Amino acid sequence: MDKIIVGLKRVVDYNVRVQVKSDGSGVETDGVKMSINPFDEIALEEALRIKESGAATEVVAVSIGTSESQQQLRTGLAMGADRAILVTVDGDIDPLSIARVFKALADKENAGLVMLGKQAIDGDNSQVAQMLSAIWGRPQATFASGVTIEGDSARVVREVDAGLETVEVDLPAVLSVDLRLNEPRYVKLPDIMKAKKKPLDEVPLADLGIEPGPPIKELKYAAPEGRQRGVTVDDVAGLVAALKDKGLV
Amino acid sequence: MTKVLIVAEHDGSALNPSTAKCVSCAAAIDGAEIDIVVLAAATADIAAQAAEIDSVSRVLTIERAENEKSITAVLAPQIAAIAGDYSHILGPSTTFGKDLMPHVAALLGVNQVSDIMTVENSHTFKRPVYAGNAIVTVEAPEGSTVVATVRVASWQAANGGNSAAIAAVDAPAELPTHTRYIGLESAASDRPDLQTAARVVAGGRALGSEEQFGLIYQLADALGAGVGASRAAVDAGFCPNELQVGQTGKIIAPDLYIAIGISGAIQHVTGIKDAGTIVAINKDEEAPIFEVADIGMVGDLFQILPELIAAVK
Ligand SMILES: Cc1cc2nc3c(=O)[nH]c(=O)nc-3n(C[C@H](O)[C@H](O)[C@H](O)COP(=O)(O)OP(=O)(O)OC[C@H]3O[C@@H](n4cnc5c(N)ncnc54)[C@H](O)[C@@H]3O)c2cc1C
Ligand SMILES: Nc1ncnc2c1ncn2[C@@H]1O[C@H](COP(=O)(O)O)[C@@H](O)[C@H]1O
Repeated sequence: MDKIIVGLKRVVDYNVRVQVKSDGSGVETDGVKMSINPFDEIALEEALRIKESGAATEVVAVSIGTSESQQQLRTGLAMGADRAILVTVDGDIDPLSIARVFKALADKENAGLVMLGKQAIDGDNSQVAQMLSAIWGRPQATFASGVTIEGDSARVVREVDAGLETVEVDLPAVLSVDLRLNEPRYVKLPDIMKAKKKPLDEVPLADLGIEPGPPIKELKYAAPEGRQRGVTVDDVAGLVAALKDKGLV
Repeated sequence: MTKVLIVAEHDGSALNPSTAKCVSCAAAIDGAEIDIVVLAAATADIAAQAAEIDSVSRVLTIERAENEKSITAVLAPQIAAIAGDYSHILGPSTTFGKDLMPHVAALLGVNQVSDIMTVENSHTFKRPVYAGNAIVTVEAPEGSTVVATVRVASWQAANGGNSAAIAAVDAPAELPTHTRYIGLESAASDRPDLQTAARVVAGGRALGSEEQFGLIYQLADALGAGVGASRAAVDAGFCPNELQVGQTGKIIAPDLYIAIGISGAIQHVTGIKDAGTIVAINKDEEAPIFEVADIGMVGDLFQILPELIAAVK
């Protein structure tokens, strides 16, 4: 396999407690810490390990977003990606169009693997990998917690509701990765310096011949109904009594 | 005409309760006529179970040897082949539906509505984003098929007692061989299934070892409960991955959830927000889990659990 493409989405950091804007137009992002989607960092780590094992020659990091996403791509380059592509769009675009971008780049780069996160933790959609599989006509293995490359195929362990499922897919293929796949490496200062010299190309969406489709429109954001703090009990007898009270034991 | 097709989830013989929850969601769409499609190598038993679900008009079966295991690249083209008759195609937001439905959507050239919590009208729905920290009202485009997953924890299973017609259908599609099922590793147990159990006992990092996590199983057995865990407990190898509750695990809504030695990170709490009663046992009175707990108890779980197990036995 020649190349692995990895998707890196810029999202609100997972430690931030997001707040819904008072006008319901979205969530507060001003002055909020932004990071690489945690699942995508794991996808990149796995791609780097596959390359280090000799099963691939190049890792290309891709983000679709505004110029601000350069920041996340630079971090990806510092982790070890060889080069990066930023496909520029004005705002958010729909998952199907994102999948079309990955399809166009997979064709252009002749990629052996496209590695994505199982979900982006902002929209929690969990769609892009499966959509790419459909429009690319290549296998998908989602929610991966184990990946072994065996020549022209990959053996993937998937975290499913019933346990751990193993599938074998022919390459090229698209994977979406789960949290237990690996622990991403830390970026060291010299790597950040080196990353500044690595190529980061910007490509406008229109240059790929993609017209974003009709999105699922977001009409209004609201805060979820909260739960109230309840009572505190002092001992096991009190706990059992409280449960009995509610008819739960 | 609102015609809804629901893709049945099953294990080859038994229908998964998630299917009856999708039916409840579909029935919330005004004037919906609801069909279920069963794709399997042997469909008769599963179709018979699906036909019992209230509000269902017809159960369609697509029986092919290739459908023995649920491989999305194999199932999706067959669903797409019969999609033309429907305004909506729904599947559950279990790992089965999450894997399959976006692939179906892309074959039909549409985006997917993920995790429907409530139906506002035929094209408008509410769904959670940002790990449940915001709820967004979304509108699917008029004039194209609505493909969606149903957040199973938000819906009660539809009742039984129906006897819908069952019919085999043709779904001509070329099926790929590029994806092969190898096997499933599952820690089989007799305990109630985590996703449907009325009571769930869950343990976190504080349990400390696989051996000590046994206390969680003991309490669960004393209560007839299912068992859950935090991500930290699964990562540490105390219990298998299918027990994980939360944003990246299972989203559940039992009547009773007992969180033991779990701090209550947002990613965990998002999986239990719809539980009836939340009980938390934690030695740190500042632990965020207490902010959402109906009944809280501050103390050392290793002292509390043996006593509690004895008391409820
Ligand atoms: C993208 C992403 C997705 C995630 N998805 C999930 C998910 O789906 N599910 C999930 O659970 N997590 C998820 N996490 C992880 C989550 O952020 C937390 O790290 C995790 O839930 C912590 O698990 P814990 O509460 O068991 O451990 P800790 O946070 O370490 O908490 C242990 C608790 O035990 C208490 N304790 C210690 N000793 C005792 C004792 N003897 N008696 C009583 N109490 C004691 C402590 O006071 C503490 O509150 C996700 C994280 C990310 C970044
Ligand atoms: N704008 C984007 N830029 C780069 N990768 C993306 C983008 N959106 C989605 N992805 C990839 O697709 C995965 C799934 O996203 P989603 O389907 O939106 O939950 C993410 O984890 C990323 O790997």
